[in-house]
Formats: sequence, structure tokens, C-alpha cells
Amino acid sequence: MAVKVLRRRELSFWEKLYLPAILAGLKITSAHLFRNLFLHAAHAAGVLRHHRAAATFQYPEEPRPLEPRFRSRHRLTVREEGTPRCVGCMLCETVCPARCITIVAGEHPDPNVEKYPIRFDIDLGVCVYCGYCVEVCPEDAIRMDTGILDIAAYSRDEMKLDIHELMDPGLRKPLGECKLRFPHECRLAGGQLTGDWDEVYK
Amino acid sequence: MSDLLVKLALAGIVFFGVLNLAGLHTWLERKQSAILQDRIGANRASILGFRVMGLFHPLADAVKMFTKEDIVPAGADRVLHTLAPFFSVFFALAAFAAIPFGDRLIWGDRVIELQVANIDVALLYVFAMLSLGVYGVILAGFASRNNYALLGGLRATAQMISYEIALGIAIIGVVMVYGTMDLQQIVRGQGHNFGGWLPGWGIVVQPVAFFVFVTAALAETKRIPFDLPEGESEIIGYFVEYSGMKFGMFFLTDFLETIMVACLATTLFFGGWQVPYLLPDGFHFPWGQSVSVSHLTYVVLGVSSFSTKVLVFCWLFMQIRWTLPRFRYDQLMRLGWLGLFPIAVANVLLTALVLAFFDKGSSWR
Repeated sequence: MAVKVLRRRELSFWEKLYLPAILAGLKITSAHLFRNLFLHAAHAAGVLRHHRAAATFQYPEEPRPLEPRFRSRHRLTVREEGTPRCVGCMLCETVCPARCITIVAGEHPDPNVEKYPIRFDIDLGVCVYCGYCVEVCPEDAIRMDTGILDIAAYSRDEMKLDIHELMDPGLRKPLGECKLRFPHECRLAGGQLTGDWDEVYK
Repeated sequence: MSDLLVKLALAGIVFFGVLNLAGLHTWLERKQSAILQDRIGANRASILGFRVMGLFHPLADAVKMFTKEDIVPAGADRVLHTLAPFFSVFFALAAFAAIPFGDRLIWGDRVIELQVANIDVALLYVFAMLSLGVYGVILAGFASRNNYALLGGLRATAQMISYEIALGIAIIGVVMVYGTMDLQQIVRGQGHNFGGWLPGWGIVVQPVAFFVFVTAALAETKRIPFDLPEGESEIIGYFVEYSGMKFGMFFLTDFLETIMVACLATTLFFGGWQVPYLLPDGFHFPWGQSVSVSHLTYVVLGVSSFSTKVLVFCWLFMQIRWTLPRFRYDQLMRLGWLGLFPIAVANVLLTALVLAFFDKGSSWR
């Protein structure tokens, strides 16, 4: 096999001087510095706000803009009368690769609707945010468009969302107790939660 | 007695200014690097909800440094380990005594030279202090009882001693041109104009010496692109075994040396406290116009001229630090011994020739 010898190009005297390259580098950094300084000063004076002076988002105060398709925390969509769109078909629970969804289906009071999720839990500590549940849902009952990113908790239990939180993304732990016959009524009751899941399930 | 008070006041002013500037350098370092990299930089430290562009971060740093545990490694030499950071800071600070930051101030019947110590060989004094700073570094590496720290100290020593030679020889050109080692006299010597309009600053007469000086002096400060002794992110430096304020003192020394280099560059090459076209009785512009200023205004203009130039140099060194990558150690030695050293010697020879043949009774001496 023929050996191909690669030679590095010899640097010219001008390049060996370093100084021109150093000055070129300084020119770039200085251009950034003075442009950003000017923009910071302009922002302080209240003008040119649409030109960003830094790539940084000051996160808690200034949320990062999300793309429309961004997958954030789940929510369950509701019908006009307030019942969840979910019909308890179990497709999302089946497709979920992380097995973080638990559904218990029950009889819906409206005979036109077949079933109803008595219980719909998502364990965010297990969820991989793949979005398959959204893709597979025939009823457009689950979406990942809440824009909620700050999901953090001190225990694994707090990472589990029940149907209350899924139907009303504004709710935060700790939740009160719910003893209502149909869980969605909690939402209709204006967040006044009085009830117990396990009782309903039994 | 009152002479002593005046000297104490001068020393107080210089140390107040220098130490505060060194503290501000931590802020400058964070903010300037952030802004030139399109970031925002430290801005979270607040007092009563005021953030003032992150200016409280140096304060928070100081509180942190002073309250941190001070660890002396087991088996380390306690005395030398404690002494090393003091050596570093002391010599870096003592060098500032010889820097003239203004022309003489006449206050009543008293003539005050705006310089803490009027030393005839101020330049030698400054260089002696800068050289002694090496002891802090090598002691830190030696007393830590850590082989990596020792190696870092050796790297630092080799680097500083190598570059001091180029530094010293670069300065000889300036000393030859102005014919004195007294920094105040060197600054006075830069007050003449060439052809009536070009200020006779050191950079005009000794441009090559300026570049050699700045490069070698940056290497003396042990900061990027010459930060091989410490190498914050990758290699282990001579102060690994230091914590708390002792580490803070090494940190401070770096900034003090940067300011020192800025002061020296200003004094030797950019006319020190000279303002272009300003003579003690007022401005004399090359187009013939004259504006007379009072003595106090003249002195204040001089001091602010000096401060401005020093700040510009501090900015420039910070910009260089955040622009260039680090040298490799062989490149560093090659640059020092095969690059700067011959150039500096050639510069001295050339200066000597020019002075001997073309400069009979020069006008700016």
C-alpha cells in the first residue's frame, strides 16, 4: 500500500509573528464586547429591546420560549360539560414504553359514552416524555402542551400525578382529599376537592 | 513629622486605589468575559434587593474567602505554607511604591511628588520586587507537600525567570533612550513632542520594546495565555493545597501583578501621567492655540490621565486573557528564549547604534 505523506503547510513569516492573528482575535472579541455593551446600555435606557444583548435567558424570571411541538407536562383534555375526553381505552397505557400510566376504567353516567377513567395516574418519575400516549390517543384526550417544565419534588410519591392535576395543570401538590362520585366534578367544584380515589374505585 | 504624614497619606491612597482595583478585577473578569461571550455574567448577589450589575459579588467573595476553613495539609511545612501567600501579596504590593501617578503637587510651600517613594533606581526596585514574587510561588509549591504543587511551582519559577530576562532587556532600550532609571524622570522625559504634534511617548521611540515588554510581562502575571503554572481547568497548579483567604491572596496577587504591568506599561511607554500637549502652565496645541490651566487642574488632569491609561491597559489584558488559548510549555519556552530574548537584544543594539550615531545631544533627555 502506497504511503501518502501529509505535510503540514509551513507557516509564513507573517503567520509566525502571531501578532496579526492575536489582533484578529482581539478584533472579534472586542466587536462582541462593544456590541453587547452598547445593547445593554440601550436596554437600560429602554430602547432596542428586541435585540438581545446576551444568549442567556434569566430563567426563573424570563422563561425560555418553547417551540409549539415541545413536549412538556401532560394534561387531560375535557369536554364542554367538564367530563374528561378520555374513554378509558387503555391505548396510552399499552403503548407507554416506560409504563408510567395507570388507568382504571369505570361506567360513565352518560350512556352515550362508553367508559370513563375513574383513575388516571402518570408517574412523572418514570415517564420518558416520548409523546407516544399523545400520538396514540383516538380521542385527543391527552396532550403534552402545558408548557410546565419545573417538575421537581422531594419524594417519588410527589412525582405521581392523579386525574385532578392532569385535568387542571394549575393544581399543585399537596392535593386535598376527594370523595366525589365522578372525579371531574372536583374540577367543576372550583378546585374544592373533597373525596377519595380508592373509595370511588371500590 | 508632617513629611511622614504626607508619605503615609500617599501610601494610603495608592494602596486603597490598587487594592480596590484588584477587587474590582474579579468583577471585571466575570463581567467582561461574560459580555464578550454573549453571556450576562454574575448578577445574583444582592443587598436589600439591589444588584448593581453584580458589583456585590467581590464583597460576597471576600466574605466567603474569610469564612472558609483554612487547611494546612498534614505533613506540610506550617510556617512556609503560611508565609508563601504573604510573600506573594507583599512583593506585588510593595512594587507599587515606586510608580509615579502624577506630577509634583505644590501645596503651599510644600512640594509633593505624587509617588510613594522617590527612588533614583525605581525601575530596578520594581523589577526586584517582581522577581522576589517568585519566592511566594516556589515556596507555595514546596511547602504544600504535594508533588503536583511542587511541579506547578517549578513550572511557574522556570517561566517567570525565563521571561524576566526578556522583560529586563526590553526595558534597557527605554532606559537608554531616557538616560535614567528614575520612573518619574522617565515620565518627564516623555513630555516632549516630535515635530510639534506627536507625543514623545515610549511607544513612539521604542515600539518593539513595547511589544516584547507587554508579552513578557503578561507571562509574568501567570494568566492565560501564559497560565501554565496554575492552569485552572486542567493542570494542577502550585496553590492546590491552599484554601480560604490564603488562596484568595494568590488570586489577588495575579490581579495585583496585572495592575502592576498596566502601570509599568503606562509609565514606560504611554507617558505615565502626561496628557498630550499639556505642559505645567496649560495646553499648547500644535495648531498654535493655548489654554492655560491652574496648577491643581494640571495635577488632577495628570493623575486622571495616568488612571485612565492604566484602566485601558487592564481592559486590554483582560481582553487578551479571554481571547487567546494557552501556550504549550515548549511553545512558551521557545517564545521566551528564541523569540522575545533575541528581539529584545536586537532592539537594545539597534537603540545603542541609533543613539551613538544619530542622536548627538537629544532633545528629549
